[in-house]
Amino acid sequence: MITVTLYITIAMVILAALLNVYRLIKGPDAPDRVLALDTLYINAIALIILLGITLGTRMYLEAALLIAVMGFVGTVAMAKYLKRGSVIE
Amino acid sequence: MLDRLSFPQPWLSLILFTTWQMLSDGVSGGSIVLGLILAWLIPQLTAGFWPERPAFVKAWRMPAYLAIVLKDIVVASFSVARLILSPRQPRPIFVCYPLKLEHPLAISMLASTISLTPGTVSADVSDDNKTLLIHALDAGSDQEVIDAIHNRYEKLLMEMFQ
Amino acid sequence: MSPIAETLISALLLLGGAFTLIGAIGLARLPDFFTRLHGPTKATTVGVGAIMLSSVIYFSARGEGVGIAEILITVFLFMTAPVSANILAKAAMHIGVSTMVETEGKPWDQ
Repeated sequence: MITVTLYITIAMVILAALLNVYRLIKGPDAPDRVLALDTLYINAIALIILLGITLGTRMYLEAALLIAVMGFVGTVAMAKYLKRGSVIE
Repeated sequence: MLDRLSFPQPWLSLILFTTWQMLSDGVSGGSIVLGLILAWLIPQLTAGFWPERPAFVKAWRMPAYLAIVLKDIVVASFSVARLILSPRQPRPIFVCYPLKLEHPLAISMLASTISLTPGTVSADVSDDNKTLLIHALDAGSDQEVIDAIHNRYEKLLMEMFQ
Repeated sequence: MSPIAETLISALLLLGGAFTLIGAIGLARLPDFFTRLHGPTKATTVGVGAIMLSSVIYFSARGEGVGIAEILITVFLFMTAPVSANILAKAAMHIGVSTMVETEGKPWDQ
């Protein structure tokens, strides 16, 4: 039973990622694209967790943790670049 | 010299130490030593960036506040989900929220709460820390939003930070 | 694995997937930047939270202990989501992103 719901959930998250890519390409402004990238990394974390459950291993959680940290730093850096024109002043 | 060796923020140091123990593979001698070093080094390096210590007397009210916020996040997520799926256009509104809280930490906690609960995003704080700009996704009037936030969250935070 | 745990995990997985998808639909469908900001910062955070919770239940039902890494990721996401939403909103106001016509009130930029 879990296997079936797992595949349905993975399909839903992939569909969500595709919708994010649509927003990433369409824009229209730079903040929209940064927001799409922000959502995309959160979806990537969800996919990694689902992969971990599918394979029955915890190994991939470290990668998810790293993506969470790096994604946040990336979002803040890009937003700061949009606001100030430089990341480190 | 002495304050170079101390822990200027004991709570931050404690949180850093515990997080490091959780991140490493089980508690061992090495992780305890490294955790102590991090718990000392990070508050020392970031001491200049923190606002002065808040009058945070009633820390035991924190879990109740977090429980209320968590419940609101789940309940209100459903209403935002319904709004996104329904064909009608949302009625967005920018609200200038008059802040009664004074301490920067309290204001940032209120702003984070507002951003996490679905339907509202805090966009900016005015330079004099008196007004908070909030974007609400679907609201009738600004007074409605102001009353809801004041009664639900700001009163609790004011009790915690007085 | 007990049927109760199995049902709970399945329900949480579907809930998480649905919220993630709804957040993305909101991002793709809503009319202007500030309304789009609402979808991902909440729906997606709640969705990932539900998926994490199902992962915690799954591994503890298999007798591998309670996962601390999942809880850390969830807490981290819940702490950082409002910060990134706030800083993105500030950047958008600075650039002067157009808002939809029906929006009441005005953004400021100082």
